[in-house]
Amino acid sequence: MIRSAFASLALSAFALCAPALAQDKPAKPSQATIEAYVKSTFGKAPAEWQARITPDESLAACNVHRNQVSSADAEAITKRELARVSYPADGKFLGNWKEGYKVANNGRGGQFSDPPDTVSGGNCFACHQLDPKELSYGTLGPSLAAYGKDRKYDAEAIKDAYTKIYNSQAVVPCSNMPRFGTNKVLSEQQIKDVMAYLFDPESPVNK
Amino acid sequence: MKLTVIGAAVLAAAMTLAAGHLTAQSPPQDDSEKEIERYRQMLSDPFSNPGYLAVDRGEEIWTTKRGTKNVSLEGCDLGEGAGKLEGAYARLPRHFADADKVMDLEQRLLWCMDKVQGLDTKDVLSRRFSSPGKASDLEDLTAFIANKSNGMKLEPQLKHAKELEMAAVGEELFYRRGGVMDFSCATCHAEEGKRIRLQGLPNLSVPGATAQATMATWPTYRVSQSALRTMQHRLWDCYRQQRWPVPDFGSDSLTALTVFLNKQAAGGELNVPSIKR
Ligand code: HEC
Ligand code: HEC
Repeated sequence: MIRSAFASLALSAFALCAPALAQDKPAKPSQATIEAYVKSTFGKAPAEWQARITPDESLAACNVHRNQVSSADAEAITKRELARVSYPADGKFLGNWKEGYKVANNGRGGQFSDPPDTVSGGNCFACHQLDPKELSYGTLGPSLAAYGKDRKYDAEAIKDAYTKIYNSQAVVPCSNMPRFGTNKVLSEQQIKDVMAYLFDPESPVNK
Repeated sequence: MKLTVIGAAVLAAAMTLAAGHLTAQSPPQDDSEKEIERYRQMLSDPFSNPGYLAVDRGEEIWTTKRGTKNVSLEGCDLGEGAGKLEGAYARLPRHFADADKVMDLEQRLLWCMDKVQGLDTKDVLSRRFSSPGKASDLEDLTAFIANKSNGMKLEPQLKHAKELEMAAVGEELFYRRGGVMDFSCATCHAEEGKRIRLQGLPNLSVPGATAQATMATWPTYRVSQSALRTMQHRLWDCYRQQRWPVPDFGSDSLTALTVFLNKQAAGGELNVPSIKR
């Protein structure tokens, strides 16, 4: 309401200056220039933090192409990222759905304001609908309500979902979903628990 | 200035309604419609928007003699000439020949404190973001100076080569992913009608109405923080959510992002300080 009120006011103003903007399209800056800016802003951060914002090979390709990579790049990314998925040694993909709910609901961890011993969550609710009764969910990703039930708790679907959560880009190159296992955000046990939240018939996700 | 105090609870309730209204699919009820109308009036009413307390404090700081030179900031050139405030914020960040640097308002104020007043800015920097019982000169000055551009349109300066570089690098940074979650600004701000949990996410990847409504309403009084905040703080907060390291205050990447976002928002009519969640 408020936003749209501003918007309609502003819209007419924009029409006036649009042509001027078109001429101002600047040349793409060199990679060295971009890195110099990053250094000026984040250069004082500890080495561990510097490493986190140094893109790996896959992310570098996603950055250059703003996630719209060529099919050759796409293939290289999925192949590379699949090799970085490690499956549970005991062959079990499903843990405890109640613990999994906590992982899905926890958005803490990884922020510079977090105490060092913070247990990271998966923050799945930030982007996905899961338990249809939970109304506070984001829409950056598709709804995962009834995820296991819709897939008839199929063994292949279970393995695919584990792969997806461990490393989203092993499935969809340049996915906007974090690579939870590969980036060490979630432990193997946390991933198994959140898997159970998706695939246990008793989980509210499948009710 | 006298402030008719509106209970924080009332304000918070209005904000909750307004926020819900932005994201909810169902049509609004009559009551909430009224609440939102009241909230909208509060936005620009100096007597009920606590952000105007910061405006008043900022005016005081602007005219106070300080530093080894014992002069006020009135000798500071914000781009329109020494001491000229009208329209200055609408055209910032911009290139300053004396510093040979593109600066946003806070960078320029720090420069003037140092060069014009001879003030040691260590204390000012330690209070860059206010906290309960600890006011921020930079937030207050920004509120005061930005308010002097009300009714004017955002006019991003894109003539000098360094201004053009800022806009271009800002755009690149907007799409640069990283951190343990692989997030960039674009992860959260490049699609229409998306939300994270229940918070609506403005699409800032395209020029036009949404970017205008966003950028023309900063600085803002943030009810959730009971504080006036500037774009420096908003970007600090978004880099935190992005799981990136702490960005250095008043550093080049933040200014570059601001130039890029103002370019998306060109023509947006300033109405500040606003009130936000
Ligand atoms: C930043 C947003 C974001 C977060 C956080 C996130 N996801 Fe996703 N997820 C996505 C997007 C976007 C897609 C669709 C594109 C894709 O498949 O990569 C997706 C797809 C998926 C899929 C595949 C859906 C299908 O089509 O079969 C699964 C399963 C999934 N997510 C599970 C999770 C789980 C479990 C978590 C929490 C541990 C999680 N996601 C956290 C954004 C997110
Ligand atoms: C993980 C998601 C996320 C990321 C990444 C992110 N933001 Fe945000 N951003 C948010 C949220 C949530 C809000 C608050 C929206 C609200 O209060 O309605 C917000 C608000 C903003 C606002 C103010 C919007 C307004 O209505 O006043 C701006 C500007 C902004 N972000 C810019 C950025 C920039 C630039 C980046 C990259 C440095 C970035 N954001 C990265 C989630 C994110």
